[in-house]
Amino acid sequence: MSSPDAASAGHPGRSDAASADVVLARVVREEAGRIVASLTRSLGSLDLAEESVAEAVEEALGAWRGRGIPPNPGGWLTQAARHNALDRLRREKRYREKLALLADEPMAGAAPDVDDRLPLLFGCCHPALSPEAQLALTLRAVCGLTTAQIARATLAPEATVAQRIVRAKRKIGAAGIPLRIPEGAQRAERLDLVLTVVSVLYSEAHLVAGGGAAADRDLADDALWLSGVVAAALPSEPEAHGLRSLLLFHRAREDARAVEGELVLLGDQDRSLWDATLLAEARRSLERAAILRRPGRWQLHAAIAACHADAESPAETDWLQVLTLYDMLLAYDRSPVVRLNRAVALAEVEGPDAALAEVEALAPALGGYHLSHAVRAHLLRRLGRVAEATESDLRALELTANEAERRLIAARLDR
Amino acid sequence: MKYVIMFTSTPELDAAVPPERAQEVYARVYEWFGRNEAKIADGGAELQPAHTATTVTHGPEGPVVADGPFSEAKEVVGGFSVLDVDDLDEAIAIARSWPMLELPGTSVEIRPMVTDYSQFEQ
Repeated sequence: MSSPDAASAGHPGRSDAASADVVLARVVREEAGRIVASLTRSLGSLDLAEESVAEAVEEALGAWRGRGIPPNPGGWLTQAARHNALDRLRREKRYREKLALLADEPMAGAAPDVDDRLPLLFGCCHPALSPEAQLALTLRAVCGLTTAQIARATLAPEATVAQRIVRAKRKIGAAGIPLRIPEGAQRAERLDLVLTVVSVLYSEAHLVAGGGAAADRDLADDALWLSGVVAAALPSEPEAHGLRSLLLFHRAREDARAVEGELVLLGDQDRSLWDATLLAEARRSLERAAILRRPGRWQLHAAIAACHADAESPAETDWLQVLTLYDMLLAYDRSPVVRLNRAVALAEVEGPDAALAEVEALAPALGGYHLSHAVRAHLLRRLGRVAEATESDLRALELTANEAERRLIAARLDR
Repeated sequence: MKYVIMFTSTPELDAAVPPERAQEVYARVYEWFGRNEAKIADGGAELQPAHTATTVTHGPEGPVVADGPFSEAKEVVGGFSVLDVDDLDEAIAIARSWPMLELPGTSVEIRPMVTDYSQFEQ
């Protein structure tokens, strides 16, 4: 099986200082979720299993930084996690009963037919958990991030993240949330929740207020990796390939999008900086999805990204195709943000007047969303209504928390 | 696992439902109980309207008796049943098919029951 990580390995633009930790994180990421899954099966408790693995991950990061990565990191982590689980069980009164469970099953090796991280992932992304809890628990139990890393990457206080994870795990146990891939009619709906969490994970990496340079963990890379895990485990689910494709398209443009910490809009990007290998992989994922002939919102998002990738210059963009895809997307997702993005395409096909009318119709729903004001400013400027455009840009600036985005809007105001 | 499912609705919205529509949905409630018989450990009870409720509340000088339901919430519990199913997904699947959910302002709350009392042992 080809590693889903291949696409993002050695991605340039990563700070050198953290590169050793990035390698550690990748090794941990490959192993942690599987160990949580198998330990949960033998102990019957996600809480205990996850806690023991999280502790082992902390120990590993400490030990491996000094001594280097051991030859069999998975075995190392499994042993440490088992040891931690034993320790915790000793403190419980029904120690002997549970100890028997741990002794019963061989821990390492014997991988199940389906990637056993998938049932775990569906449990972590269960609709009975809050979206914040879904995200935090997925990062820790499936991707092997430490609580401190999650806190830094999502700009949430560490205590808050820790509490979210503890509560979510308790709820999984107490409320009887199954760690299972849903079958039948529920599958599509639940898979969409999983894919939404992965997608939020990717955008979270970009939206971290203050620019995100302080984060020591690249959530976008975790999201890309996770999208690969899901697509590889569920090859007959077109939406899984759709999201994978979408994230690959975004990742391919990353070096052109963020240049020396400054954001560059799609139309202004140096397209020669787009990563051709990642673009090719993105197209392959989209083709794999298309063959299955069950369209969905993630595939349509990816198809729109493909239209942009196909254009050698902004002027060559097939905006009619983009608009048509947005119209199809509306059948799945009528959210104001999708309609705002559609308005951008509409401006290119029918002109800024039509688009402005649409953006203004969305104003009540998107009043607090900075990009709605930024798009309005862009359209007003094209119509020569400069004073109103400036006013909209100022409003966008007020509403933007991300430093790089603030600088982008400020630069436009200076022009 | 055992779950108590509580059927709630919003009285002011209930009042707006045309009687023949209410009757039509109500008929399917009977079917729902029949269809899920094997999973229902206890049919529970349907409650009289919230305006018939009396609440006895803690007070510094002893319990206080007052008119009306305990909570100020707009939604009120109209009944409950006990499910015995494998896990939350099965309980959710049954709750989703509750016919009353077609009417606005209704909901079903699913709460796991305490069945293991060992946590209270000392």
